[in-house]
Amino acid sequence: MNNLIILPVIIPIITGMVLVIFRNNIWLHRFLSLLATVLIGIVSVLLLEQIRTKGIQILCLGGWEAPFGITLVADMLAVLLVLVTAIVTFCCLCYAFSSIGAERERHYFYSFCLFLIAGVNGAFLTGDIFNMFVCFEVMLVASYVLISLGGSRIQLRESAKYILINMISSFLFLVAIAFLYSMTGTLNMADLSVRVAEAGQGGLMTAVSLLFLFVFSLKAGLFLFFWLPGSYSVPPTAIAAIFAALLTKVGIYAIIRLFSLVFYHDPGVTHLFIGILAAASMVLGAMGAVAYWDIKRIITYTVVVGVGFVLAGFASFSLVGIRGSVYYLIHDMVVKALIFLIGGTVIHLTGTGKLREMSGLIRMYPKLGWMFFIAALSVSGIPPLSGFIGKIFITEGTFQSGYYWLGGIGLITSLMVLYSVMKIFMNVFWGYTNLTEDMQKGTTRGLLLPMAILTLLTIALGLGTEGIHEYVDFAVEGLMNPNLYIDAVLGFKGQ
Amino acid sequence: METCMSIVVGILFAIGTYLILSKTLLRIILGTSIIGHGVNLLILTMGGLKKGGPPILGLQGITFTDPLPQALVLTAIVINFATTALFLVLSYRTYRVLGTDDLEQLRGYENE
Repeated sequence: MNNLIILPVIIPIITGMVLVIFRNNIWLHRFLSLLATVLIGIVSVLLLEQIRTKGIQILCLGGWEAPFGITLVADMLAVLLVLVTAIVTFCCLCYAFSSIGAERERHYFYSFCLFLIAGVNGAFLTGDIFNMFVCFEVMLVASYVLISLGGSRIQLRESAKYILINMISSFLFLVAIAFLYSMTGTLNMADLSVRVAEAGQGGLMTAVSLLFLFVFSLKAGLFLFFWLPGSYSVPPTAIAAIFAALLTKVGIYAIIRLFSLVFYHDPGVTHLFIGILAAASMVLGAMGAVAYWDIKRIITYTVVVGVGFVLAGFASFSLVGIRGSVYYLIHDMVVKALIFLIGGTVIHLTGTGKLREMSGLIRMYPKLGWMFFIAALSVSGIPPLSGFIGKIFITEGTFQSGYYWLGGIGLITSLMVLYSVMKIFMNVFWGYTNLTEDMQKGTTRGLLLPMAILTLLTIALGLGTEGIHEYVDFAVEGLMNPNLYIDAVLGFKGQ
Repeated sequence: METCMSIVVGILFAIGTYLILSKTLLRIILGTSIIGHGVNLLILTMGGLKKGGPPILGLQGITFTDPLPQALVLTAIVINFATTALFLVLSYRTYRVLGTDDLEQLRGYENE
């Protein structure tokens, strides 16, 4: 029992609700929302240390013991993701201070951001499949509001589709939970793992697992990403960055959790299928990134490639591949937030997203230009930045498992991503400056700091891989060995 | 009983899907609502339908109902209610701002 685990969920909820009361005090909103993310960060660092020394921590809510009540489980992967979530949200909130506009701030932007974070953290930490559904819904309802906040024409148009897609996938999530409950009679994930192992993962169980895969693919943008480029390019930059960094990653986390803990008995079907979907989303995402000449479209398609890459490593289901997935997942959260913030800043400065209408920005904004350069190299996995270590392990993992085609597609799409981000860099930052002082639509005042933090983080993650190596290995050990999780949750009863 | 319920769930899903495939936003919302009811019924059915006593521990000799699906359905209904309400308000706003609730006219990138 460890009461720290609940804090990443209730800190943002309580802060968000307090902020609703003080509607007109914007400075209080800014201060308290930053404070909440800092507190979550501190709590997750404390939890990381406890997990490293004492193993997986659990909390039975309301004192109801494991298979009966709702259990929160803090294992290494979940807490690492909570920590990165806190850092990314901190930077996106800082960026929002000087970019989101007073109108949105007064209409509870910070509250909804915090509710979103509560849902994300809850989905990471929960050990109960139905509770995961509830946390998804908390996150999604907050995201529905954030995507339509402001009510411009294009936002309203895209949010209707976004809500419809997510409602349908939520219904299918419930259907999958209902089938799973009727077959196993439990909702606790550790208990599910035990019972599926006892009963054997037959054809029916595999069918249910594929239904889960369908639901989470829709949320993660794995192959079923047709809704993603539209929805992620309409909200303001700070919100789009939070979405790109966090929302798809929750879907990825759910796939990794379920298919490493519960449905791991038939990797020839389920994991191969994940691999095929990952390959398809890498190829299609990279084609989208290469084809478009609009900065927002290109970077939304790189999100799809990132999703494919993480799950390609997971699909190999080898120690090295999953280690690569964990590294790449952390890297992807940081760098996608960074590249969305930079892309949004470029649009903010020039007033257009079209590459052919921009040129020579680096003369006026050298810092922005070089940060984009670093981010672009990191996205495509150039050493010594953070993307490299994940890519090399993922490729090694796919080769080890014999999925040569998957590793090969990953490498080719990396090149395509490199081409598409370099296309942005050369068109936007190089060339003659056609932007004069009076033509620019905004300033970078107050916007550079959060981007600088994220840039430093991606460099640090690349150079200091050795530093987080121990934590990542711990997380991978937990994923490869479900018994650790089961023993922590069910105690001696599980054996 | 379960078979009968399964058929009802199937009918609800079919009606909901038909409504979602139509063009009008209001019909689509009604469709999601009906699918939501179908899902709730499915959860109850999956818990096993049996004539039994109340879901209370300690009653001996009486078969008691499984309380968990009921708790799940309660949560699902509340969430479904909230999202449907939000969706309705948003679609009304969409209609006011864009002047149409026809999804055919809400596609493409031309309004950017």
